[in-house]
Amino acid sequence: MTIQSNTRQTAAETALVEAYTTQLSDLPGDPDVLTLRDRLLDDLKTAGLPTRRIESWHYTDLKTLLKDIPAFDAKKGAKALSPFVGGATVLSVLQGKANETRQDAFTATRYSESLTDGSAAARLDAVAADDAIGRINAAFVRDGFTLEIPADAEIEAPIEIQSIHTGGQVHTRFPVTIGAGARVTIIERHIAGEGDAAFVSSISDVVIGAGADVTWIVLQQQGAADTFLGQIRVDLGADAKLKLFDVNAGGKLVRQELRIDASGEGAELTLRGVNLIGGEQHNDVTLVLGHNVPNTSSTDVFRYVLFDRGRGVFQGMIRVAPDAQKTDAKMACNTLLLSDDADFAAKPELEIFADDVVCGHGATVADIDDNHLYYLRARGIPENKARAMLVNAFVAEVVEELEDEPLVEALEEVISNWLEKHA
Amino acid sequence: MLEIIDLHAKIADTDTEIIRGLNLTVKAGEVAAIMGPNGSGKSTLSYILSGREDYEVTSGDIRYNGESILELDASERAAKGIFLAFQYPVEIPGVATMQFLKVAMNEQRKARGEAELTTPEFIRTVKEGAAKLKIDPDMLKRPLNVGFSGGEKKRAEILQMALLEPKLCVLDETDSGLDIDALKIVSDGVNALRSPDRAFVVITHYQRLLEHIVPDTVHVLYKGQIIRTGGKELALELEANGYADVIGEAAE
Ligand SMILES: Nc1ncnc2c1ncn2[C@@H]1O[C@H](COP(=O)(O)OP(=O)(O)O)[C@@H](O)[C@H]1O
Ligand SMILES: [Mg+2]
Repeated sequence: MTIQSNTRQTAAETALVEAYTTQLSDLPGDPDVLTLRDRLLDDLKTAGLPTRRIESWHYTDLKTLLKDIPAFDAKKGAKALSPFVGGATVLSVLQGKANETRQDAFTATRYSESLTDGSAAARLDAVAADDAIGRINAAFVRDGFTLEIPADAEIEAPIEIQSIHTGGQVHTRFPVTIGAGARVTIIERHIAGEGDAAFVSSISDVVIGAGADVTWIVLQQQGAADTFLGQIRVDLGADAKLKLFDVNAGGKLVRQELRIDASGEGAELTLRGVNLIGGEQHNDVTLVLGHNVPNTSSTDVFRYVLFDRGRGVFQGMIRVAPDAQKTDAKMACNTLLLSDDADFAAKPELEIFADDVVCGHGATVADIDDNHLYYLRARGIPENKARAMLVNAFVAEVVEELEDEPLVEALEEVISNWLEKHA
Repeated sequence: MLEIIDLHAKIADTDTEIIRGLNLTVKAGEVAAIMGPNGSGKSTLSYILSGREDYEVTSGDIRYNGESILELDASERAAKGIFLAFQYPVEIPGVATMQFLKVAMNEQRKARGEAELTTPEFIRTVKEGAAKLKIDPDMLKRPLNVGFSGGEKKRAEILQMALLEPKLCVLDETDSGLDIDALKIVSDGVNALRSPDRAFVVITHYQRLLEHIVPDTVHVLYKGQIIRTGGKELALELEANGYADVIGEAAE
């Protein structure tokens, strides 16, 4: 990150530094962890929050957009919700604090324990120069879960990580190791209960073993005044399959980073994103996808729906390493722009260093198709209802690719509830 | 039931007039065929009846059961019983066919102050209707019209018509793209709906369809006007001699 000593500290930057000082006494960590935290905060202090001058933050000038940061409040509480789909195993993180849990099919330990004993230090650091989320999260993270799914485990019931808060600050981390040949569905749900504004950062750090078959859903439903800085890091092993669905339906200022590496031959990624943006929301999804070895494939489809004065950002970078022949990578981003005051920026990029590959990307921005609207109205469906059906259809098309009926139904309900409130 | 009186209409965005002083009356129980060469305004007339906003009525009137419908939008007209089976039904990805049918049926019921259908009632009605038209139930699991063949789309239109039970049915080139067997199935579906309180406007430019759906009256539409009206024998005359004679007579 470039140093911007000439710019004054913003209110949010000052608040971050102060928050660190006040929280320091009870942030968990052994000396290694604490030293790392200090250094990351120092980096943050000297570099400041990222601005549009940093390429990967060009459309989300955090320094300007992040106005203030609510204080951490240990007294705030939150109540767990019923599982997103029936039968799911819920791992609760309430107000940033993980509930002790005991599982038979896999292990789930509180992340705070690994901070305290120092074993977290190895993977705590930021992963890139522009990794502001990594820095903030590493400096402040208090808890989360470390999950280990044993090799060849067939886990029928979805595992739901349910992080719920009522305002203040929440910083969580979820290192997840999925053993070779395992099959599992994980739902990562970030949700705000009734409460005050929140500043939330969360990182999932996922290593998927050879031949594993994983479905991972991220469902972000923060409150209307909340800032959410999320990051999913994925390392995909040989012949591993990952279906990653990222659904954003909340928050005021949202940045969701997907840093994915296909690092084993035969790895297969199916990435789908749904972004519902209205009011004054700013919602940025930034993908950095590396095809690092030969014979890997990916399809990425992102859908954005924008109402009111919403602002959507999609950045998608696909990098194909020099010897990653036979890479098959396709990326598409489609946007429904439903208001003249809404705004959308897309930056798809391919960096291809191998010659025998199939790669492509496309982006479209459109309004509702008048022919579709007319057809529905000609069958007696009033205009408002017809519009809602078509917007729903635009995102449902992507959600249905999950091919898991209870999950599809639950997500479609989230989507139609959101649309009912905002359309 | 339907009275079109000296209707003039143009494309909303431009000044191109397409319907130029059209008169037509269709009584309850009647099947009126509209024939005419390509580009004469047949589809445009059907769109205007349905309330499509791409066209603007500049003068004249359309009365349905004695009342002008010009102020009603497309969904209100549909709820009052006007149905258009499209020449080219659009594919709508992401909208499930069954969900669409249910919403359409219930919205029309709501608009008329009737109770909504329960799910079992709805499913039974659709299944029966689909079976009569030899529609594969799997087709109904697909998104609306998506990937349907030309014939399947036309059958799906007739299924919608049967389910929505309209009073004025406008069929735009329903025969195009149908093979003989499908034509028979579709015509039987239409004939089954004929009743003394329901009228049909059947647009086609082939006599072929009219052998199956036998019209009471035949009207020739040319350059936005009805230039000749007759009985079903007029269709045979047109088939034998083409439109040139009729057009020539009208020009005199
Ligand atoms: N929306 C439109 N924009 C431009 N031209 C149109 C439009 N609708 C109809 N037309 C023109 O009006 C004429 C009548 O078209 P149409 O009603 O489709 O004829 P038909 O169905 O009898 O073949 C044609 O010349 C057609 O090109
Ligand atoms: Mg036509």
